[in-house]
Parts: sequence; structure tokens; C-alpha cells
Amino acid sequence: MKALVAVKRVVDYNVKVRVKADKTGVETANVKMSMNPFDEIAVEEALRLREAGKVSEVVAVSLGVAQCQETIRTALAMGADRGILVQTDAELQPLAVAKLLKAVIAKEEPGIVIIGKQAIDDDCNQTGQMLAALLGWPQATFASKLQFGDGRAEVTREVDGGLETVSIKLPAVVTTDLRLNEPRYASLPNIMKAKKKPIVTMTPQELGVDPAPRLVTLKVEEPAKRQGGRKVGSVAELVDKLKTEARVI
Amino acid sequence: MTVLVVAEHDNATLKPATLNAVAAAAELSRQGTGDIHLLVAGKDCRPAAEAAAKVAGVSKVLLADDAAYDHALAENVAPLLVRLAEGYSHLLAPATTAGKNLMPRVAALLDVMQISDISAVVSADTFVRPIYAGNALATVQSKDPIKVITVRGTAFSPVEASGGSAAIETVPATASAGLSEFLRAELSKSERPELTSARIIISGGRGMQSGDNFHLLEKVADKLGAAVGASRAAVDAGFVPNDYQVGQTGKIVAPELYIAVGISGAIQHLAGMKDSKVIVAINKDEEAPIFQIADYGLVGDLFKLLPELEAELAKRQ
Repeated sequence: MKALVAVKRVVDYNVKVRVKADKTGVETANVKMSMNPFDEIAVEEALRLREAGKVSEVVAVSLGVAQCQETIRTALAMGADRGILVQTDAELQPLAVAKLLKAVIAKEEPGIVIIGKQAIDDDCNQTGQMLAALLGWPQATFASKLQFGDGRAEVTREVDGGLETVSIKLPAVVTTDLRLNEPRYASLPNIMKAKKKPIVTMTPQELGVDPAPRLVTLKVEEPAKRQGGRKVGSVAELVDKLKTEARVI
Repeated sequence: MTVLVVAEHDNATLKPATLNAVAAAAELSRQGTGDIHLLVAGKDCRPAAEAAAKVAGVSKVLLADDAAYDHALAENVAPLLVRLAEGYSHLLAPATTAGKNLMPRVAALLDVMQISDISAVVSADTFVRPIYAGNALATVQSKDPIKVITVRGTAFSPVEASGGSAAIETVPATASAGLSEFLRAELSKSERPELTSARIIISGGRGMQSGDNFHLLEKVADKLGAAVGASRAAVDAGFVPNDYQVGQTGKIVAPELYIAVGISGAIQHLAGMKDSKVIVAINKDEEAPIFQIADYGLVGDLFKLLPELEAELAKRQ
């Protein structure tokens, strides 16, 4: 059985993003790009399944501009076996990504798909659920534990009240939460080895998918700044201020 | 142009987040859409439907009571919403883990994009939503015939839970998809208010050093009637369970008063609490970024300051 992971190229989580002056988006020129952290967790989980003998191969898929190759290389350096790039310069929204992944999955026939629960750029939290819907597969979102059984998986999910465990039929889509695992770093020899691993490129047209966006971004603005920075000298002064100035206690 | 809101409930009562989602629906109404209906799907959930019928501004409650809808498995509830969708211009749900799990599945089945976590309604097809952990706000317009939306609760003041008298209409159930099965839940039990609806929250970070030390926060919380939260660092370190986490990918909160203790102020934590009305930071590192957004900062050792704070609050009660 194969595992397929989807990896998104996003602005690195350490970068303080800046809104463009013309309000069309955030500045991405000359900004460090990395793999979406939740997708790193997805790659790690797939590798652990392979190491445990539950899956035979890990395929990493990325969708977007040519530079998404780098994101796939990162997954290959972590240990994924091969890559697929669905290359387009068009803006891709989650519904289009789910349709493209569905087309890739029709070719690859994985037994499990693992992807990050959300990307830290658009914060959408949709692609996994949409993909499961289009495939007619079960979904286990926000996973913090994944165990394989006979034709099924038992997944513990992080929900608002605590944890919830579901049993899902395979094939299925699992989306990762923070506590699922701690992703490994790629070693230098593995980074070298990854350069020789194959990446196949295809296009939305070849996959028969129209990726046109359904949402139009009219503008992107900075949120109102908070005026903070005042200090108080003691607990008594703090309680005073909260009672008489802020009037919140 | 009728709006259907998916109620979040435990079969007996409505979860507060439902009232914030109805508030967003009411905002849509003011922009020209029509009636607001609430869907209560669950098992033995008539009591929740009766509570839903009392929510201000709701004209009809759809009750789907079937074993298939127990525990709100998305594989089973999504087909119900798809069947109901025909009569609606907007489908809304709270942006809770339940809403986030369900609604994208519904949207994909309807071949529409979801609009995630909206923080404002501009018009019937245009919405504001935070991106990049709230460091930018995008105004987006949907070209889809049905708008599938999740609602950021903190951005919409809840409507009244009483005052309405909607009719309850039973809708036939869709079949169980047979794809997934609920096994068990380990839910945190607490006498304190829920994080997302608490008026006051006190949160601890890595600076708390251990889970045991959280009792120092709890004592202060009890004096204030506050909920207790945590930063991702504290949850990752195993001090407290995941449902305490406030941040970009945890819970988004906006209480009257947020007290951050031993929390440095990583971007992803700030994303979850920076809309709080008043922010207090207690940290020994005076350079900690949390102080830049705090209305009142107190530099010092939290192990000394927390008991002092508890005593000071007790003294003035």
C-alpha cells in the first residue's frame, strides 16, 4: 500500500509577513519559503508508516509554481520515495487543489492520504476534507494519533473539548495536528540522495481539471494595531488598574 | 435567500458558538438575505432543537434525529446538508473543530469553495477573513451560487438564546455512509467556563515549567471566575491537554480580560488572543514580545507574582 502526502510551499513561519502597499496581497518577493509545518508532520507520519512496514512507498505531491520542486525535494530529503509536481502559475484554492489531488490519486491509487490540517498562509483548513468528499472516502481531521488495523485505521483527533477517537475504513484522508509527531530533520547525505530521486511534472490540463479560483480577493489589509507596552510596578497596581481604569474585574 | 446555520450541540443543549454563528446570519439578513433557519442534526436531539427554537431571530428549526448523526461524523452529516442546500443561499457553521471538519466536505460535494473563519460580513457575497495568523485581513467575494461559510465566533457578538419561537420541522434522515465510526472521547472536565465563551481567561506558557504549576493559575482563575488556557509551548511540553491551546491553530478567543503568564508571545499565540479587550502580561523577561501588545505588563517571577495576585484579589473581594 502506498501513502500519498501533499506538501504546500508557504512563506516560512518565522517570517513576519507584510501587506503590500497596493493591498493586493502580502509581500512574497525575496521572502524565505518553506514547507507548510503541518505538511512536514504529514510527511513524517507517512515515513513512520513505511518504517513500520504498514506502507511500501511514500509519494510527495506539491501543486503550484515551478519552485514547489524545492518543497518536494525537502520531502524527498526527509525520506519520501518520489515526487509529483502539478505545475501551474494560476492561483490555486483548496477546491481546485482537492480536484487536482483526486486526479493524481486516480493514477497513484494510494491506500492513505496524509496532509496538513491547514496551511499557515491562507489558514483555510479545507483541502483534506474536500478531497475526502470528492473521493467518497472517510476523513479523520486534526489527528494526534494514527494506528493501522485490518483495512481500517484508528485515529485520535484533537477536538474543542479534548480528544475523540474514530475508526475509519481505508482508503482514507487523514489531516495532521501539531501533536501527531515531531518531524525529523533531513541529514546532509539524505539531502544529496534526494537530488537523485524522481519528480514527475504534470499540468492541470493534463489532469483534466479547471483550477479557476471561485473566490476573488478584493483587497488585503493590515489589521488595526494594538496600542500596548505599558508596564505596572506591582500586583497591587495591576489590580487597581484593572478595577478602576479598565473596569474588567 | 434563506440562511441555514448548522447548530452545534450535545443533543441536550446548544453550544454557545451557535449563537455567534446566528449573529453572522443576522448580519447577512441586514444585508438583504431572508430568514434564518437552524439545523439540529443528532441522535435523541429534540431537547437541543427546542433550545434552538428559542434563539432570537431564528424562524425555523430543522430537526434531523437519527443514529447516523450521533457524534456529528462528517461522512454522515454532509449528505444531509447537501440534500437540504437546494433551498438556501448560505450555509453557515461555527468555526469550531466540528464546523471545520464538516463544512469543507459539504462545500466540495456542492462544488463550491468554502469561505473559512469569516470575521465580518461586507455583503451577501463578500466577507472579511484573517489570513497569515491574523497578520492580514483579506476581503473576498464568492462567485459560487451557495456560500458555505464558517464563522469566527469572537468576531460576532452572540444573539440572545431566548425570545424566539421558531417552528420545529422534522426532516428525514439520510443513510449512514458506513465509512467511519465513533469509538470514544476523552473530554476535559472542568467547573470553569469554556475558553471560547469565557469573560476572563488566564493562560500559562512554557514559563509555568510544569503541569503541576498550573494550579497557581487555577487559584487565580477561581478568584476571577476565569477559564484557564495555555500556549502551544505549554501543550507541546505536555503540561496541559490540547483543548487548552489558544492560538492560530488552537482556539481563537477574545475575552474582556486575557492574562498571559509566562508566555513570550509567539505570533501563532498572539493570533489566538490579540482581539481581547484588555491584555495583561506577566513575564520575567522584559523584552518578551507579549509586552508590546499588553495593556498592562508586569515584569517579574510568576511563581512569586501569581500567589500575590491571588491574595490581592482575595483581599479586595
